[in-house]
Amino acid sequence: MKNDEPGSDLLRGKLVRLSAVSPEDLSKLIVGWIQNSEYWRLIANGPSFPLSQEGLRKFMEKHLEKDDLRSCFFVIRTLDGDRDIGEIELGGISYARGESYVGIGIGEPEYQGRGYGTDAMNIILHFAFTELNLYRVSLTVFEYNPRAVRAYEKCGFKVEGRAREFFQREGRRWDLIHMGILREEWQAQNA
Amino acid sequence: MTNPISTPLFDGKLVRLTPLDHEKDPEIVSGWTHNAEYVRMTSLEPVRPLTAAQVKKQFEQIDKEMDEGRRLFHYAIRPKENDRLIGEARIEWIEWSNGTAQLKIGLPDPGDRRKGIGSDVLRMLLRVSFRELNLHHLEVVLPEYNVPALRFFEKHGFKIEVRRRQAVNRGGRRWDLISMAILRPEWEALNEER
Amino acid sequence: MRDRSELTSDMLRGKNIHLTAQDMEQASQPYFDWAQDAEYQRLVEDGPPVPLSLKGARESNEQGWPEDDPCNVMFLVRANEDDRIIGFVNLDYISWQHGDSYMGIGIGDKSCWGKGYGREAMDLLLRYTFTELNLHRLSLTVYEYNERAIRMYEKCGFKNEGVSRDYHYREGRRWNLVSMGILRDEWLEMNGYSVP
Repeated sequence: MKNDEPGSDLLRGKLVRLSAVSPEDLSKLIVGWIQNSEYWRLIANGPSFPLSQEGLRKFMEKHLEKDDLRSCFFVIRTLDGDRDIGEIELGGISYARGESYVGIGIGEPEYQGRGYGTDAMNIILHFAFTELNLYRVSLTVFEYNPRAVRAYEKCGFKVEGRAREFFQREGRRWDLIHMGILREEWQAQNA
Repeated sequence: MTNPISTPLFDGKLVRLTPLDHEKDPEIVSGWTHNAEYVRMTSLEPVRPLTAAQVKKQFEQIDKEMDEGRRLFHYAIRPKENDRLIGEARIEWIEWSNGTAQLKIGLPDPGDRRKGIGSDVLRMLLRVSFRELNLHHLEVVLPEYNVPALRFFEKHGFKIEVRRRQAVNRGGRRWDLISMAILRPEWEALNEER
Repeated sequence: MRDRSELTSDMLRGKNIHLTAQDMEQASQPYFDWAQDAEYQRLVEDGPPVPLSLKGARESNEQGWPEDDPCNVMFLVRANEDDRIIGFVNLDYISWQHGDSYMGIGIGDKSCWGKGYGREAMDLLLRYTFTELNLHRLSLTVYEYNERAIRMYEKCGFKNEGVSRDYHYREGRRWNLVSMGILRDEWLEMNGYSVP
């Protein structure tokens, strides 16, 4: 079945699929990933901090188990080997405006820079535009992560501005880059 | 040397920044939620009228968030000469390690606008943000159709940074969402000129 | 084409009536009064009229808090001249993903029938649905014997989308339940907006 028909496997790509895990398993994964403070500082605004698994599990139980219209969280799992390698989520979903934010992180270092993240991003854009029927997807990315900026541009995101001197890390300030993609742009990209 | 902390942070020329009154204010704020023009100018969420009881519950949430999270400061705007509630002001989404926050100012009654009250409130918010909270980057997010607000913040030194294309859908068409911001060194420079 | 000025007009207020949040302190008594009127009840309710107490009427119409209830929006309809509650209008089960919702309306105060107040409330609700929530379509069901309502819905732009045959059984015979729907583009065009 073609991928754009309602019956097709929506959450499956070429290298990965998007999946759900229990708060227990997810907290174990994330604790592992954030031991590497570089990972945290690539994906999060707040200060890097080695959270405990218990604290994370409780946080996830509170936020992930209930049916929430405003966010959708997935684990990124490899098709080959069923390995959980990262996380991707839609957040701040506003149906009235037709917009959502997306955030992604590849926590397992050996899977970075090899197209797994891009595959996951393509799946979630397909999900956002043809299942949630949103109109635009936004994201923010740190100036010091040019690899990510290029990957997002390849998916079709356009830079929409910069919040100047938004971060302070390692003794200097950095800009936060804002990007966005509209449904018609995504459709043209994937025609 | 004058006492450095003697500047009144919450007393302006025309108005004061004060706490919410959980007994008297919910009724008034409930009226604001029924003011579709005001809500559409200042909020991205759809208009959703609330009863006074529902507003009171929101106040409790605000207090809880301010007390526990310390990432939000919510003020009621009142004239200097009485306790009438005429508006709301917020410093929110504070990220302390980076020194960033979003500002929000609302004056629901058009009769209170264009009198210098907005400028009075903004001056106080900027002063608190830069001289007490020690923040670096202050942002406001506005729909492109709110031209008076865009001009107001530009007058006060904010610069346009981001344009989220067609992120608002209202009145039968789409509009861009604009972020404007001012940095601490810019504000310091503007203040020296005065 | 409408532009910024559309955004500054009062979306919740018509010529004779306006919409407000559902304040159960004030609405309990009207709901109770309308529940005693068998004709009104048989126009809006599937089930038989039930002699509920004031407390029962209140609980029956109680609505959750907006944060817990993002899929329902309940408005009271009030007369502009004296703010008294004359009816309700609501969006009942919004399906955000698909951009659809059911709606309901009832003008319980019979002195307000035949004056166009129901139509005014409908126009406000439709404008709210299509220019603020931006749903794609609105659905409703109406009883075959409620001819006045069916005519009003048609004038608003709703189209008959089918019937559930023999759905109701009242006064010794069976009646159909009529399903009607209106699309956003249809409503926008009918009301002078340029359709994207």
